[in-house]
Amino acid sequence: MTLKKIHDDQPKEFKFSSENFKKAEEILKRYPAENKKSAVMPFLYLAQKQNSNWIPLAAMKYIANFLSMPYISVYEVATFYTMYNLAPVGKYFVQVCTTTPCLIRGADKIVRLCKEKISPNENELSKEGSCSWMEVECLGACVNAPMIQINDNYYEDLDEKSTKEVLESLIKDKPLKPGSFRGRKNTAPEKKQITNGEKHA
Amino acid sequence: MPKIIINGKEIEFEKGMTVLQACELADVEIPRFCYHEKLSIAGNCRMCLVELEKSPKPIASCAMPAAEGMNIKTNTHLVEKARKGVMEFLLANHPLDCPVCDQGGECDLQDQSMYYGVDKSRFIENKRQVKEKYMGPLIKTQMTRCIHCTRCVRFATEVAGVPEIGAIGRGENMEITTYLEKAMESELSANVIDLCPVGALTSKPYAFEARPWELKKTESIDVMDAVGSNIRIDTYNWEVKRILPRLNNDINEEWISDKTRYSCDGLLKQRLDVPYIKKDNKLQKSNWDEAITLLADKIQSINPNEIGGHIGDMVNMENALSFKKLFATLKSKNLEFREKKFYINSSEKINYIFNSSIKGIEESDLILLIGSNPRHEATMLNARIRKTFVKKRIPIFSIGDPGELTYDYTVIGNTTDDLKKILSNGHEFSKKLSSSNKPIIIIGESALELESGQYIVEEVKNFLKKNNFISKEWNAFNFLAQNASTVGLIDLKVLSKEDEEKNSFFEKLNKNQFKLLYLLGSDNLDIKKDNEFIVYQGSHGDRGAEIADLVLPSAAFTEQNGLFENLEGRVQESKKASYPIGEALEDWKIFNLILKKLGKFNDLSKFDSLRKEVLNLIPNFTKLNELPNFEEAQEVNTSSEFISESVNIKNLDYFYTNSISRASKTMSECRQIKQKLRKTGT
Repeated sequence: MTLKKIHDDQPKEFKFSSENFKKAEEILKRYPAENKKSAVMPFLYLAQKQNSNWIPLAAMKYIANFLSMPYISVYEVATFYTMYNLAPVGKYFVQVCTTTPCLIRGADKIVRLCKEKISPNENELSKEGSCSWMEVECLGACVNAPMIQINDNYYEDLDEKSTKEVLESLIKDKPLKPGSFRGRKNTAPEKKQITNGEKHA
Repeated sequence: MPKIIINGKEIEFEKGMTVLQACELADVEIPRFCYHEKLSIAGNCRMCLVELEKSPKPIASCAMPAAEGMNIKTNTHLVEKARKGVMEFLLANHPLDCPVCDQGGECDLQDQSMYYGVDKSRFIENKRQVKEKYMGPLIKTQMTRCIHCTRCVRFATEVAGVPEIGAIGRGENMEITTYLEKAMESELSANVIDLCPVGALTSKPYAFEARPWELKKTESIDVMDAVGSNIRIDTYNWEVKRILPRLNNDINEEWISDKTRYSCDGLLKQRLDVPYIKKDNKLQKSNWDEAITLLADKIQSINPNEIGGHIGDMVNMENALSFKKLFATLKSKNLEFREKKFYINSSEKINYIFNSSIKGIEESDLILLIGSNPRHEATMLNARIRKTFVKKRIPIFSIGDPGELTYDYTVIGNTTDDLKKILSNGHEFSKKLSSSNKPIIIIGESALELESGQYIVEEVKNFLKKNNFISKEWNAFNFLAQNASTVGLIDLKVLSKEDEEKNSFFEKLNKNQFKLLYLLGSDNLDIKKDNEFIVYQGSHGDRGAEIADLVLPSAAFTEQNGLFENLEGRVQESKKASYPIGEALEDWKIFNLILKKLGKFNDLSKFDSLRKEVLNLIPNFTKLNELPNFEEAQEVNTSSEFISESVNIKNLDYFYTNSISRASKTMSECRQIKQKLRKTGT
């Protein structure tokens, strides 16, 4: 299953909620009126947020009409960018980074755990329906490799034990706190928290 | 003019040209896939790489503007290597299925890989496989072959005005598709088949029919509408296999409408091959002798005043003239070609042609449509309006609602009163009109069918004359004819005179006063048959043959030479590509048979003499394929009757307008799909 193919089961209608509608109007103000279709990307993101993390066809049509664009243009944009999901994902959407630095630090073990705990295949909902996972390319947190992204949060410095805990917490619907799982603060060195400046001051 | 050096040769080029265009000026061939003269520049195939002095990398010549003093080299080792590299990448995912590909023999990729490619593949990985896409009944897809030049995407968005094709996904997963795989809702959709440089989009009706080198190619003229698009007819023996556009920048550029392209399978079906005579209420096969004897007997026994003749929408001028001569010999004046009564002032040529010319549309700065839907009535002309609209964003207005066109327009009224207001300067639009430099007013047949048709034509003309818009430099007055034969037949004066007998033909027809009605390829005439003897002479067993008592088979437009005058008054020659089926004859030969039987055979009725006579009869004629001379319009003082009425634009059944398209299976499919789209509204 892939998130880039149109899902079979589509909702009939889509409309921005009144709150999102206000946000959309704010976004529109960023662009000159004759170039309002520039707003298509933030709009798609807004729609994805509103519709439990995936974009239905109805939303693309709605956005196309909103911005007076042809349907196909919105469709093109939505299929081009990897962060737009065109099929349902779990309430907890686990993205496992498997690019080189994370892989060296053991991302393959995380993938194996995801297969065990969530579902044997990528982008498949877990048994209880609250999780799904996929492999992704570099998420830019190589210093804290290996890492996973769950919805908007980064879970870093993982090993098998901590990953298991994180995944189990998702299944129980009580997610752990994001951040480093080795007690680091952001990307700071682990033991002595000194910076170059301090030593030579 | 700036100068550029190409392969050591210095040439002058026009400002704004690209390096590729400059190379073409220097007769240097640059291979390309994505670049197309009539489309915007994409620069994504990279096949046109050339070397530019002082540039560390080769440049894409199609996207690089030429500049003074550039030193371009196209025959160096670097260029050769670049082309080979690009070609290798293009072929990496292209299947090796040329033997079963319809594009074989006319494939850009095939040709260019022969010239610029490498002879073997180093690519040992798996090739990608892409699912076929549904794009309607005309376009067959084989998307694995696609090289992503995006010509089809640009065509649909820019020229056709229906942004329905796009490229979805990215990188290796990029695919060209219509939105949710729906049929493209355009009358120009099949042009993407010609544009496609590989075999990804090929013709569905022509699939596996023939190879290009087996076909005989004849350059001819289209008769599906009055635009007179230039076409190439490809035949295999008798059969017309396909019709392709021919470049003519004055008329159709490089495109033709789907109807022009795909009605040709109608030439194989429903054909009349032998004369038929109605016996026992059933048409039965007969022979020429019997048929002509029957017809001659009828003619001799009927008063000439009770013989009527009607000429159809696809009859060439020679045949029409010989028909007119036949009627002159019979001493009957009841000749007509209009399908419905509409106003024509045949005294001057400017009254019934498209004076601004199709190419002239590009110069205009304002367009007013009166009772006309150019999208269906003259598709290629509509494409030109869209081109101008896209380029200059000109304002377009309409009186009467034409429905969906391929550009934005404003309806400024639905009644003749609105027009009257404009013409008497009492409308806000009048100011816009008189302050524009090169306006175009297009009057459609729907407007002329109104009771106040005469008022519309004469008053619009007077208004334009007063504002100095009818002159040699710019003529804003345009009549949009619908049928291929219309303008030519008005020139030959094949219409009942209005002033003398007040539309005698239609009067008599409606009152069933004809005892013999001779239909020459005429299928769209509304006839309530009483007990007249109807003779139908034509190529197809369609509406005319259905009600006929005597059917004479004749040749279709692809099977005989003939002149057609398009809506601009441009006389063009349609050429014989095939030969008539069975015992069918050219129309003028049939008339000669009749005259012989009647004992009034005239030696002059040979084809060459007919053509000479036709050319002499055409007013303001200049040359074949050229626009007619301009002639100063005269003031018309006849008070024309004004009636307040609403302007309704008749809804053309686009894919079913004539006997050939009605016989075509492909056209029926297109029509069904369109109706389905209309119903579901998506």
